[in-house]
Amino acid sequence: MKVPIKVTVNGKVCESEVEPRTLLVHFLREELGLTGTKIGCDTSQCGACVVRLDGATVKSCTCLAVQADGMAVTTIEGLAQNGNLHPVQEAFWDNHGLQCGYCTAGMIMTVTELLQRNPHPSADEVRAGLEGNICRCTGYHNIVKATLAAAETMAAAPASTTATTEATEATGG
Amino acid sequence: MTTRLFGSGIRRREDPRLITGQAAYTDDIKLTGLVHAAILRSPHGHARITSIDTAAAAQAPGVLAVYTGADTEGVLNPIPCAWVIPDSDVKAVAYPAIAKDVVRYVGDAVAVVVAENRYQAEDALELISVDYAPLPAVVNPEAALQEGAPQLHEDAPGNQAFHWVAAGGDTDAAFDRAEVVVRDTIIQQKLIPNAMEPRSAIASYLSSMGELTIWNTSQNPHIARFVTCLVTGVPEHKIRVIAPEVGGGFGSKIAVYPWEMIAAFCAMKLGRPVKWTETRSENFVATTHGRDHVEYVEMAATREGRITGVRSVVYAGMGAYLSTAAPGIPTILHGLMYSGPYDIPNIKADIYGCFTNTTPVEAYRGAGRPEATFLLERLVDLLAAELNLDPVEVRRLNLIPKFDDGHDVAIGLTYDSGDYQRALDMALEHVNYGHLRHEQAHQREHGHYTGIGVSCYSEICGLGPSQVAGAVGFGGGLWESATVRFYATGKVNVYVGTSPHGQGEETTFAQIVASELGVPVDDVELIHGDTDNTPMGWGTYGSRTTVVGGGAVALSARKIKDKAVTLAAHLLEAAEADIEYADGNFFVRGAPDQGKTIQDIALMANVAWNMPAGMEPGLEATAFYDPPNFSYPFGAHVAVVSVDPDNGHIVLERYVAVDDCGPQINPMIVEGQVHGGVVQGAGQALWEGAVYDDSGQLLTGTMLDYALPRAHLVPDIETLATETPSPHNPLGVKGIGETGTIASTVTIYNAVIDALRPLGVTKLEMPLTPERVWRAIHQQDHQQDQQQDQQQG
Repeated sequence: MKVPIKVTVNGKVCESEVEPRTLLVHFLREELGLTGTKIGCDTSQCGACVVRLDGATVKSCTCLAVQADGMAVTTIEGLAQNGNLHPVQEAFWDNHGLQCGYCTAGMIMTVTELLQRNPHPSADEVRAGLEGNICRCTGYHNIVKATLAAAETMAAAPASTTATTEATEATGG
Repeated sequence: MTTRLFGSGIRRREDPRLITGQAAYTDDIKLTGLVHAAILRSPHGHARITSIDTAAAAQAPGVLAVYTGADTEGVLNPIPCAWVIPDSDVKAVAYPAIAKDVVRYVGDAVAVVVAENRYQAEDALELISVDYAPLPAVVNPEAALQEGAPQLHEDAPGNQAFHWVAAGGDTDAAFDRAEVVVRDTIIQQKLIPNAMEPRSAIASYLSSMGELTIWNTSQNPHIARFVTCLVTGVPEHKIRVIAPEVGGGFGSKIAVYPWEMIAAFCAMKLGRPVKWTETRSENFVATTHGRDHVEYVEMAATREGRITGVRSVVYAGMGAYLSTAAPGIPTILHGLMYSGPYDIPNIKADIYGCFTNTTPVEAYRGAGRPEATFLLERLVDLLAAELNLDPVEVRRLNLIPKFDDGHDVAIGLTYDSGDYQRALDMALEHVNYGHLRHEQAHQREHGHYTGIGVSCYSEICGLGPSQVAGAVGFGGGLWESATVRFYATGKVNVYVGTSPHGQGEETTFAQIVASELGVPVDDVELIHGDTDNTPMGWGTYGSRTTVVGGGAVALSARKIKDKAVTLAAHLLEAAEADIEYADGNFFVRGAPDQGKTIQDIALMANVAWNMPAGMEPGLEATAFYDPPNFSYPFGAHVAVVSVDPDNGHIVLERYVAVDDCGPQINPMIVEGQVHGGVVQGAGQALWEGAVYDDSGQLLTGTMLDYALPRAHLVPDIETLATETPSPHNPLGVKGIGETGTIASTVTIYNAVIDALRPLGVTKLEMPLTPERVWRAIHQQDHQQDQQQDQQQG
């Protein structure tokens, strides 16, 4: 038996019918072809699958697609606006905050939320905020650096922060 | 301008697709008609399969087929081991893709289901009924060799996979004469690599043409093609292996696994493309592990602290079968590196490979050299403690003096270049070692236990001369090739046989070409990972891609430059000898303004309207680079830890890495490699370890149970560098991908022991969990209390 759902994904309304057991991450990847969100584990430990659901970060491997019914999802594909990278994406690029790139979508999505909650975090606060995301390549050093750099950029250029807020609001955040 | 690109920390050219979610990893790829495979794996460490009933699964919704070992037997050849080290009686036991009669580890394949979607395939797995008769298991490598241990393979009596001995000097005599001998027993616990991207493969077979294509999370697609032809019988020229975006490997994506062979088998049977992607839980048992040594090691020295000998007896767990490169790791990459950066005249490594009922072992970041560095740096610290010397002084006394062009060590290797003392000085100066020791003493007086670990290392990488590969039984060459192709527009594609998966060579290789030929770096695009459109290469492992693959890129670019000079002379109506080159401009000496740019040359070569007599059109060159020697990066690392004796909790307060990989093409990428490597090594010291019970059950089978380093557990890594070019490389470069891991485990371990010494703790087993630390401290208290009681009594 399939269940109808209506989810706004990256600002676009998606109506579909899914098996109730379908995980949100599989819905995004298999149904919608949004493969930027990754699956790194099956115990909700690694954070590769983090997306924003009505603005909050969720591990989309631990969330059913039906739970997202009527809600707004932002994935890594929905972060850049009008061809402009989000400041967090830009900061990850500038600061070598990624190597193999597999944890990156989840990291970036987590950091966007972290900086919205705490626009001026200390390095320790960033590290604590990344507790749910595992990276095996970078030793976290440059991810922390990128996050702090993004915080500075976003504080110095409110325009881009506004754009981010708008983007989040557009998707129900 | 462009020549300065070599050495510039420009941001990576591969990143835009990775930060936007546009990169396609294997599991992201969909093909028309794609179906999904799920593999049923043994839940037993060792058991006889008495029956398998697949009828119910075969009729489950969406299921296309269920296959067992009876189906693959005789169709798929056993998975071969590709590193059969000579003179060591290697037992290359049969490794079937799907086990038919006996399962030998938890994770061994028993059956495969192919269904229209993954949910259906996994549902159907649960309908397969297998009867097992459990057999006794053995999981410890040393125990596996004992009389009466459960036997894994009939053709490997006593579970001995191989026995390899390497010696230089007269080690036994050195120990007989030694004024001081220190000993240790070291458990290099089994580690689970956990690349963030789980392994995945898609196999597609074009029956009319007999062509097999496999998308594969591989560090070495060309090797994968070679081995796939041996297993499937499809000829090599009809196989295409594509390693698309690959999400980290750390050694675990070197092996050619049964799983992609099973996918190929299914695709060939069904005429549909078949995808298999492991879950993380599956990864823990089905993807190769690392380390797993039980080591008895000792060091001989004079009373002054001069090291006269090192010897070992090592039991190296291989797991249940020999993975692709496994036998070479504890032997060639470990036993030959017992000198490290020290002048040690007598060396002996006595290594037993042991079959156990555990997941097969493969290279894992550092592969053999972390283990060698660990035992050496551990023994040096023990020697210093024995002689009551500062551990730094013992190191200084024994370091090989600076050399620029080759240094022979007792075991027979020739190191390329080294300046070990300088790296050590830089590290000590950076941390202000004297002050640190002073602070430490002060803190101890106040009941705070901090520890300082200092280590020096030299490692062997940039694998390696093919002649040596042949001599040590490696089943292939170790050269690399590159094609540099200029188009009429001046844009460049570089095709390489190596296949980076996070190390950033799309940027560093473009920097090499840009620096050699003066083209903007953005005009160079690297093509890699697809055996159909790249020249042969032996893969990315052993910190060899930049060293060997980069060497091939540089040599190709230099061939292009030679042709460009000839063509420029023709176009400028000058003698070749009068042509000079600077920053992408070829000109007659003294007239740089009237020169021809590399883009002019590329245009003319491609349209060929006006070429010198006899010159072929095109501006393209291929170079094959077989390195004359390995590369030997080195460095000195310092760790500072604090230990809370009340709860055993360790905090890694500081980590300083001084590494020398010769000239750095992109320092930002070099630092990134060191950061990641250090933290991965810290993982072994402090948190990670595969734990099996006696029946072969993996007790640490998820990320809940196997503790990986997390952001809040580690500090910023302080990176410094010295620069000693390798005389044996066209760019002077050495590898940097593994140095962090090679040095950091023992550096942190030594720091923890240093912290605990006042509490009487001199030895701990890794990982150094709070429980182990607390118990060790508590046990010492207990023993001291007992001694006091006895004395008082």
